[in-house]
Amino acid sequence: MILTWIIAIPAIGGVLAWIAAQRNVRAARWIALAACFFDLVISVSLWISHRSLGFPGTLIREQIVPWVPRFGVSYHLAMDGLSLLLVILTALLGIMAVASSWKEITERVGGFLLSLMLLLSGILGVFLAYDLFLFYFFWELMLIPMYFVIGIWGHENRVQAAIKFFLFTFISGLFMLVAIIGLYFVHGRATGVYTFDYPTLLASPVTGRYASWLMLGFFIAFAVKLPSFPFHTWLPDAHTEAPTAGSVILAGLMLKTGAYGLIRFALPLFPGASAAFAPIALVLGVAGIIYGAVLTSAQRDFKRMVAYTSVSHMGFVLLGIYAGNELALQGAVLEIISHGISTGALFLLVGMVQERTGTRDLKHLGGLWATVPRIGGFTLLFALAALGLPGLGNFAGEFLVLLGTFQVNPAASAVASLGFIFSVIYALRLVQKTVLGPNKENWSLPKLSIRETTMLGILAALIIWLGLYPQPIFDTARASQSVIRQSASKVGDLP
Amino acid sequence: MTNADLLAILPIAAIGVLSVALMILIAFGMKSRFVMLFALASLAVSFAGIFLAKSYAPRTVGAFLRIDAFSLYFIGLVTIGAFLVVLLSYRYLEMRASRTSEFYLLVLFAVLGMQTVASSIHLISFFLGVEVLSLSLYGLIGYTLGDKHSLEGAIKYFVLAAASSAFLLFGIALVYAENGTMNLEKLFMLPANGSISIITLFGIALIIVVFGFKLALAPFHTWSPDVYQGSPAPVTALIASGSKGAVLAFFLRMMMTGNLAHNKTVFLTIAIISAATMTVGNLLALFQRNVKRLLAYSSIAHLGYLLIPLLADGLFGASSIAFYLAGYFVTIIAAFGVITILSTPRTEGDMDDSREYKGLALRHPLLAAIFALCLVSLTGIPPTVGFLAKFYIFSAAIHSGLWVLVIIGIINSGISAFYYLRLVVTMYGSPVGDEQSALQKDLFPYIALGICTLLILFLGVYPTPLIRLVESILH
Repeated sequence: MILTWIIAIPAIGGVLAWIAAQRNVRAARWIALAACFFDLVISVSLWISHRSLGFPGTLIREQIVPWVPRFGVSYHLAMDGLSLLLVILTALLGIMAVASSWKEITERVGGFLLSLMLLLSGILGVFLAYDLFLFYFFWELMLIPMYFVIGIWGHENRVQAAIKFFLFTFISGLFMLVAIIGLYFVHGRATGVYTFDYPTLLASPVTGRYASWLMLGFFIAFAVKLPSFPFHTWLPDAHTEAPTAGSVILAGLMLKTGAYGLIRFALPLFPGASAAFAPIALVLGVAGIIYGAVLTSAQRDFKRMVAYTSVSHMGFVLLGIYAGNELALQGAVLEIISHGISTGALFLLVGMVQERTGTRDLKHLGGLWATVPRIGGFTLLFALAALGLPGLGNFAGEFLVLLGTFQVNPAASAVASLGFIFSVIYALRLVQKTVLGPNKENWSLPKLSIRETTMLGILAALIIWLGLYPQPIFDTARASQSVIRQSASKVGDLP
Repeated sequence: MTNADLLAILPIAAIGVLSVALMILIAFGMKSRFVMLFALASLAVSFAGIFLAKSYAPRTVGAFLRIDAFSLYFIGLVTIGAFLVVLLSYRYLEMRASRTSEFYLLVLFAVLGMQTVASSIHLISFFLGVEVLSLSLYGLIGYTLGDKHSLEGAIKYFVLAAASSAFLLFGIALVYAENGTMNLEKLFMLPANGSISIITLFGIALIIVVFGFKLALAPFHTWSPDVYQGSPAPVTALIASGSKGAVLAFFLRMMMTGNLAHNKTVFLTIAIISAATMTVGNLLALFQRNVKRLLAYSSIAHLGYLLIPLLADGLFGASSIAFYLAGYFVTIIAAFGVITILSTPRTEGDMDDSREYKGLALRHPLLAAIFALCLVSLTGIPPTVGFLAKFYIFSAAIHSGLWVLVIIGIINSGISAFYYLRLVVTMYGSPVGDEQSALQKDLFPYIALGICTLLILFLGVYPTPLIRLVESILH
C-alpha cells in the first residue's frame, strides 16, 4: 500500500494546492512543498530500514491488484534498490522544483502546482511500475502535465518547444507500446501465459527473430527520453523554454526515466538482442558524449548550455548501461543520481540569474561573483561537478563507466575520455562568462535569499557526499543490477 | 410474426410507435419542452426494451432483422448517443429556431434508422435503414435554415447521400442477380470459403463504397468537413457518433458473416482504404483552424483506425471495434457538447473558430477542462478511454499480425497529437482580454457532459466491465 501512497501523495497534494490557490497562493505552495517532503520522508525511512537489513537482494515493497484481467494486466507496483534511489531523487528534486517556483511563477499558481505534482506522480509511477501496461500508462501520464508546464508557464517560444517535446516523446512512446503488445503476444504464444507482468515476462526472455524488433521498440522510446544522440534535438528547446522548475524536473528526473527504462526493461527482457545491439549503443553513447560536449561549448545562452551538457552526460549513462559489466552499470547508476543533482542545481542557478538580470545571454552576463558571491561560488562548484572534478559525484560515476567500458571495448572508452577535455572547456567557459569576467552591464543584484541558499546548499552537500562516499548507492542498487546479469546468464552471451 | 418476434424487436418497435405518437402530439401543439421530454422518454423506453429483448435473443425476425447480443449492443449504443444528443440540443435550439419540436421527431426517426441498420442481416433492411437515417439527417443538418452553412451542408449531404443510395441499390442488385438472395447469412453460405464470384465481388465493392460515403472514408470523405461545419453542433455529434456507429456495425457484421477478411481482394481494398483514410484525415486536420472541421477530419482519421481491426481475427477484432466505438461515442459527444454550450446565437454558425478558443480556460475553466479531456482522449493518452480503445485495436491488429497497418496507425496517432494538443494549449495558453460571454445556464447539456466526462475517465481507468460486455456480445 505504501507504494500507492508514494505515487498518490503528490497528486493529492497537487489537487489540494490547486483548491487552496483559489484563495491563498502562499498556502498552496506550502501544501505542494509538504507533499513532496512527505514523500521524501517516507522514501528515506524505507531506505534506512532497508539499510538496517543490510540490503538484502529482495524487493523492498510490493503490491499486486488485478486490473484488467482480460489482458493479464495487473496493478503491480514494486520497489527494489534502484527504484528506491530514484524515488528519493524524485522527492528531493520535487521539493527543489516547488521551491524554485516560489517567486518565479506568479500567474495561475494553482494550475502550475497541480501540473507539477501530477508530473511527479507520473514519474514516481514509472519508477515503481512492475507491469508493462502500467508502466506505459504512467509513461504517457507524465507527458501531458510536462506539456502544460512548458507550454503555459515557459518562456518566449514555449508553445513550439512544448509541442516538439511532446511529439518526440509521444511518437517514440507509441513504438514502445507496439513493442509491449508484441511482447505480450510473442511471450503468450511461446509460454501460453498472456500477461504484462514484468517478473513473469522476465522469467522467460524472448529469443528469436522478434526479439530484436521488440527490443528496438523499447530502445527508441528510451533513447529519445534519455536523450541519446541522434534523438536529442527536442531537449535544448524544451529545456530552454521551460520554467526553472520544469527544467529541473526534465533534466533531473524525466531523462532518468529513459535510463531507468533501459536498465529495467530493455536489457533484462531482451538479453540476447541487447547484447547484439550493444556495439551500436556504445557508438551512440560515445557520439553523444563528444557531440554534446562540442555543442555545449558553442552555446551563447546560459540555459541552453546547461541543457546540452545533459546530452553529453547521458552519453556516459548509455555507455555504462550497454558496456555490460557491473562496474560500468554501477557507474551509470551513480551518474544518473549525480547528474540529477548537479544539473538540477545548475538549472536552479540559471533560474536565479535570470530572475535577477532578466537575461540568459552570455554576452550580457559576467562578473556576477562580485555582486552575488554565493551565486558565483555555487556556479563554480556545480560547473566543476559537470566537468567531472574528482571528489564530486559525476566524476565517480563517469570514471566507473569508463573503467567498465575499457574492459569490453577499450576504443570506446578511449574516445569517450576525450569528452573530459571538452567538458573542461565548456565548464570553464560557463564559469568565465557568467560569474567571472568583467561586469560589463554593471549588474548590482540582490543576494541569495535563505530559501535559495538552502536549496543550493543541500544539493552541494549531496554532490560532495556522492563524490566522496558513493558506496551506499552501490549497495542499494546492487540487487537490481544482478537481475540483469541473471537474465543475461539465461541466454549466456552478454559480453 | 410471433409474440416473441415482437418482443425481440421491442427496442426498434418502441421508437417506431412512440415517434408516430410524438408526431400526433406535435400536431396538437404540444410545447417543445414536453416534446423534448417525450423524446427522452421514448429513447429510455427503447433502451429498457433491450433488456427485455435480450431474453429472446438470438432470433432472426422475418428474414430482415437479426436480434442478438451483437445488434442489441449497437442498438444500445446509438440509443444512448441519441439520448445525450437530445439533452444537448434543447437550449441550443430554443435560442435559434422558431419551431423546435420537429427536431426531436427527426432525431427519433434517425434513431429508428440507425437501429434498423445495426440489426440488419438483409441488404434490403440495410437499405431501408440507411434511407430513414439519411432522410432524417437532411432535415437535421439544415434545421437552422437561417444559417447559410447549415443549408449548404444539408444540400451537400443530400446530393451525396442520394448518389450513394444509387450505388447501394446497384450493388444490391448485382449481388442478388448473381446469388438469388440478399440475406447475408445465406449469401455467404453459398460459395466455398474465400472464393466469391467476380460479380458478387463487384456488388460488394459498390456496397463498400456506400460504407465509404457513410463513414467518410477516403476517398469518399470530402463531404464530411462541410457537413460537420454546417450542421448545428448537436447534430454533428449525432452524425459523428450514431450514424457512423450503426453503419460500421453492419459493415462489421457483413465482414464477419462472410469471413471477408480472408478474401484477398477485399482485404487489400480495406487495408488501403484504412491507411489512406487515417493519413488523409490527420494530414488535413493539421492545417485546420476551424474546430468543427478539425473534428471532422479527426473523425475521418478515427474511422481509419477502426478499419484496422475489421481485418483482424474475428472475435478479438470485433470486440475491439465495439469497445473503440463506445469510447469514441462518449468522447466525441462530449466534445461537440462543449461546442454546443459555448455557441451563443449569432449570425454565422457555431463557435468554431480556433481563435475564439484562446484563453478559454480562464473564461470557462470547467468547459475548457472537459474539452481538453476529450482532446486527450481522442489523442489516446491515459487515463482516458481513448487510450484503452487505441490499445485494444492495436492489440487486435498485432494479434493478427497486421504490422504494416499498425505502424501506419501509430505514426498517424503521433501526427494527430500535434493538432489536438495545439488546440489544448490554445485554450490554456495565451490569456485573452476581458471578453466575458455569459452562457445560458441550463441543466440538461451539463448532465450530458457530466455523464460523458465520467465515462471517459472511468472507462480509462477501469475498462473491465465494458471489455466483459463487448466480449460477451460475440459469443
